[in-house]
Amino acid sequence: MLDNSQGYVTEDGRKIGGVVMEMKNITLRFGGVVAIKDISFDIREGEIRAIIGPNGAGKSSMLNVISGFYVPQEGEVWFHGSKRPPMRPYEVAQQGIARTFQNIALFEGMSVLDNVMTGRLSFMKTNILQQVWWKGKAEAEETENRAAVEKIIDFLEIQHIRKTPVSRLPYGLKKRVELARALAAEPKLLLLDEPMAGMNVEEKEDMSRFILDVNDEFGTTIALIEHDMGVVMDLSDRVVVMDYGKKIGDGTPDEVRNNQEVIDAYLGVSHD
Amino acid sequence: MFYREAGDFKTSYTADSQTFPIKFDRYRYYVVLAVAFGIIPFIINDYWANALLLPFLIYAIAAIGLNILVGYCGQVSLGTGGFMAVGAYACYKLMTAFPDISMFIHVILAGGITAIVGVLFGLPSLRIKGFYLAVATLAAQFFLVWLFNRVPWFYNYSASGQINAPERDVFGIVITGPNAPAWATYLFCLIFVTVCAIVARNLTRGSTGRKWMAIRDMDIAAEIIGVNPLKAKLTAFAVSSFFVGVAGALFFAVYLGAVEVGEVFGIQKSFLVLFMVIIGGLGSIFGSFAGAAFLVLLPVVLKLIGVDLLGWPTDIVAHLNLVVVGALIIMFLILEPHGLAQLWRVAKEKLRLWPFPH
Repeated sequence: MLDNSQGYVTEDGRKIGGVVMEMKNITLRFGGVVAIKDISFDIREGEIRAIIGPNGAGKSSMLNVISGFYVPQEGEVWFHGSKRPPMRPYEVAQQGIARTFQNIALFEGMSVLDNVMTGRLSFMKTNILQQVWWKGKAEAEETENRAAVEKIIDFLEIQHIRKTPVSRLPYGLKKRVELARALAAEPKLLLLDEPMAGMNVEEKEDMSRFILDVNDEFGTTIALIEHDMGVVMDLSDRVVVMDYGKKIGDGTPDEVRNNQEVIDAYLGVSHD
Repeated sequence: MFYREAGDFKTSYTADSQTFPIKFDRYRYYVVLAVAFGIIPFIINDYWANALLLPFLIYAIAAIGLNILVGYCGQVSLGTGGFMAVGAYACYKLMTAFPDISMFIHVILAGGITAIVGVLFGLPSLRIKGFYLAVATLAAQFFLVWLFNRVPWFYNYSASGQINAPERDVFGIVITGPNAPAWATYLFCLIFVTVCAIVARNLTRGSTGRKWMAIRDMDIAAEIIGVNPLKAKLTAFAVSSFFVGVAGALFFAVYLGAVEVGEVFGIQKSFLVLFMVIIGGLGSIFGSFAGAAFLVLLPVVLKLIGVDLLGWPTDIVAHLNLVVVGALIIMFLILEPHGLAQLWRVAKEKLRLWPFPH
């Protein structure tokens, strides 16, 4: 294990900072089903952190705990050095945690631009009366946020579909628009739930490039769930491996790859 | 030929997010405003005002209000009639209690009171949605009508149980009661329609509108993105009820003059406004106008053709009206769920490329 109390330097020379988010002994139950059993791990600033595991291992539940959608029965979530009190998902979002979804959760009736603009809601502070009047504050705010959104639209190369209703887009572009919406929030922590599910190799390469670029350009801390091992091992700095709600491995891709328990979970063990 | 986007370049985001980004649209809007404010008041007569223009304008306000709730925020409401009644009775109480205050203020206050009532009945929307919410608002409809029928305070203990609009003026011009000139009532409603439409447009193009639409399209994702569902839904109920209340106040004070609540603001009214929104187009302000115009015009046109031209009995034509409206609703739901507004958009898209579609 690396000694990373004060951060560490990755193989490609990126400096990883202190702990942004720490999960301490999280246990999540649905009735009698234990989805997550006593899991602890941390996510550091500037890092790409992967959570992997077989189907039903509790990865998405973990992400839902981080984004405040599920409240764990036991354990604590520490964000930026302070314990997070139980809060509604929109309050978590306002703290600077943005996410994408496994099954795309875009607003189908709105244009791409409007979808990405919803990502910036926490920056829009005008009250309803100012918006009724529009001229002045509300218009200035709209323009200001539009400029920020356009940068992200440029960055993810979706200019040409700016005004297209999302319902008309193909799957791969929808995934990208969803990433744009999450990025528009300028998150301190970006959660990606299977960003490459259902994509072909080319689309996966594009998406991987975008993820690396986001991390590189904006310094965004990213936690992602992914099933494609090649992608995970290439992209991530550290990997958490889950199986049946338990953590069975945590470390750099190389460490995880050589971990016997992980190999067993993925390849199966003979029981003789 | 005239409808061209080419050459109409925008160099700022402000220009791109204006209400009518295409020059032609913008000029057409100014022309419509100029005709509505500058020409119609001089040529209007009582028949035109009472048969067409007043109901059109007032229903347009109600339809915009309901469209904000149903079309933009996705919360189904069947309580429009009840909320219009709140506006009407609030306006009546204010008119009789403060006879010297301008009608403008009365109507706006009536809207405000309706907004508060709307928020109260909107509270269940935090827990329930879809059909269940529709039933909850239906309860509001029946409860409110019952309340205004049974509590004499609301109709100032009049023997008939009706409310009658006393004569009130704005800047010395009578606009309620039987002596109000047609042009004055028309202008009074027109001002409210214009302001309401602009307000609705400003709210729906900004962050509030995006919150509403996010809740409509996927409420869970909206919450995870940072939309407070409680606030978004309740503002939608408040704004929507405000408009509906203003419409109710105008309907009673300016258009009808006398109201018996069960008859005028019954469940039929809720459905009528909902039909306007559906036929006009959910989630479109233009659609609210189109739907209101359509359903106000339809009986007039049918009467013109059926009674005056073909000589059919009046009651048959009245029933035919119901049949046509019903058939149209079904047709629109199947063929064009986004209503007249979508047909208009498609037509514009075609026109944009005409006559060279490639």
